[in-house]
Amino acid sequence: MTQALAYSVFGIILFGIGLFGVLAIAHVVKKILAINICGVGVFMVFIANASTGASPDFVPHAMVLTGIVVAVAGTALALSLVCRINALEKQKDDV
Amino acid sequence: MPLADMSTLLPLLVAIPLVGAIVSVLLNTKNAQVLTGLLTAMSLLLVIGLILGGLSLNGAGDTITLRYSLAGWVAPLGIALSLDGFSALLITLTTFLVAVLTLYSAFYFSASPARVHFWPLWWLLVAGINALFLSADIFNVYVTLEIIGLAAVALVALSGNKEGLTAALRYLLVGLLGSLCYLLAVALLYHAYGTLDFAQLAERVEPNPLSWAALALITVGLVLKTALVPLHFWLPYAHGSAPAPVSAILSALVVKASFYLLVRFWMEILTPAVTNEALMLLGVFGGLAIIWGCVQALRAKRLKLMVAYSTVAQIGYLFLLFPLLMSTDGASASQLAAQHQSALAAVSYFIVAHACAKAAMFIAAGNIIHSLGHDDIARLQGMAKYMPLSLFTFAIAGGSLIGLPPSAGFIAKWLLLNVAIDTQQWWWVLIILTGGLLAALAIFRVLDLAFIKPEHACEQSAPDNWQKVPVAMPVSGLALALCTMALGFNADLIIDLVSIGGGE
Repeated sequence: MTQALAYSVFGIILFGIGLFGVLAIAHVVKKILAINICGVGVFMVFIANASTGASPDFVPHAMVLTGIVVAVAGTALALSLVCRINALEKQKDDV
Repeated sequence: MPLADMSTLLPLLVAIPLVGAIVSVLLNTKNAQVLTGLLTAMSLLLVIGLILGGLSLNGAGDTITLRYSLAGWVAPLGIALSLDGFSALLITLTTFLVAVLTLYSAFYFSASPARVHFWPLWWLLVAGINALFLSADIFNVYVTLEIIGLAAVALVALSGNKEGLTAALRYLLVGLLGSLCYLLAVALLYHAYGTLDFAQLAERVEPNPLSWAALALITVGLVLKTALVPLHFWLPYAHGSAPAPVSAILSALVVKASFYLLVRFWMEILTPAVTNEALMLLGVFGGLAIIWGCVQALRAKRLKLMVAYSTVAQIGYLFLLFPLLMSTDGASASQLAAQHQSALAAVSYFIVAHACAKAAMFIAAGNIIHSLGHDDIARLQGMAKYMPLSLFTFAIAGGSLIGLPPSAGFIAKWLLLNVAIDTQQWWWVLIILTGGLLAALAIFRVLDLAFIKPEHACEQSAPDNWQKVPVAMPVSGLALALCTMALGFNADLIIDLVSIGGGE
């Protein structure tokens, strides 16, 4: 097994762990973390594939950069929604 | 303008709504935002008019595909935009619906503080949808999916109450998961074939385990976003709790965007990896979705939730496309191509019919909520007297969803039935007819209640807290509902458009 293949396989395993987390864990913040783990798994597959050949292929790197931006935006939106929902729940408890 | 130059107009379809989004962030006064919205909608209509005019001058029916490489970089490195008949139909539909819904939103949000956030998100969503329909690059499609996803989630959250926010969060998590499945497939495909371009990929794909894995991942990811049963659990709440114009665009266009991609991947790009069993499986889930969505719509207590569940059922009809693509023994290549073309025409027709009808229904439901402050079906008794236009819209659009002639919904179902019978898959006929019957029950339950007089009072006074809506709101819904009728009489238009650039 080459190094690149090993990284790809581990990336897919990481994706699987994240997928399991999203489906099996009820806690919302943990779900968001699990989605991020999924994402890291996918990025690892991209990066591992880029190493084939003498010089690294830079297209997957560019794609991973875009992917990271999207992951940050998605996580931020999810966390802000969680905060807002919690604030509304607190308000209801006070009344 | 010669056809070669027409393609330079394609980036405008993405750039105009993006500029609209940025300008409406900068403007804070209500009138300026509305004006920007209307101007953006009008310039989009103008551009799509020019493109369609150019296409028809050059003769519909030929194999024409407009293609534009951004900044002059060609594939495999550059990102291309392309337009063929199928995407032209969807872009035209988007532009038309967005124009009507923009007008509607101008009135819907006129008194709401949410309007400051609505306009930028609205145009961002439109830019994402247009970019998705134009993309000819599998990674660019991922980016557009995320633009659509993030903008749509923020729009669902605009209602600001706990139900809306929870629905938005669930929608976001499902959307992100779907996109990541898709992205993993992109990684696999790029590794195996070294290109991201639709056309180049279609040439290089071979039937091997890696292609199957990629197709499976893409399908799971996009089916999650399209909300096919059993992965539909997020849709009724997200579409049911969003503001009316948002629900309308989500049901009419956003779920179609991921479905459009599925069609591209199954029919054009990864065709060598497609097997008859897989096509059948998608069809079976489609059949389940029709029955399950209709049953849930019958049981729904709130009007908007009912309309949202009816979307679940209608998505089921779209997925009947896949078993109708199956190749039978002894069929020649040209027969198969003709069969594919007629199946695609039927489903395109279905998309257009459903989009107009569903947008009209959500507008009608939005007007009812605007006037009454609630949408409990049980409390709608006798309301036709106070909201005749909205309930009339609901009735016409409902007729199209059921598939009553002469609506577009009828033609769409008739085309589907034809292909099902031609390919000797008679069991889909049963499912399509049962679905129509169940949809009729759900819609007549509402109409029956709304049009009967309450028993206790002949001269019923207006209900408490009743507010009259501006007349433009019911009229824009009615215009869309009447479109479903007009399309029923002009079926050739859509079928001609879809055949441009297809049929190879």
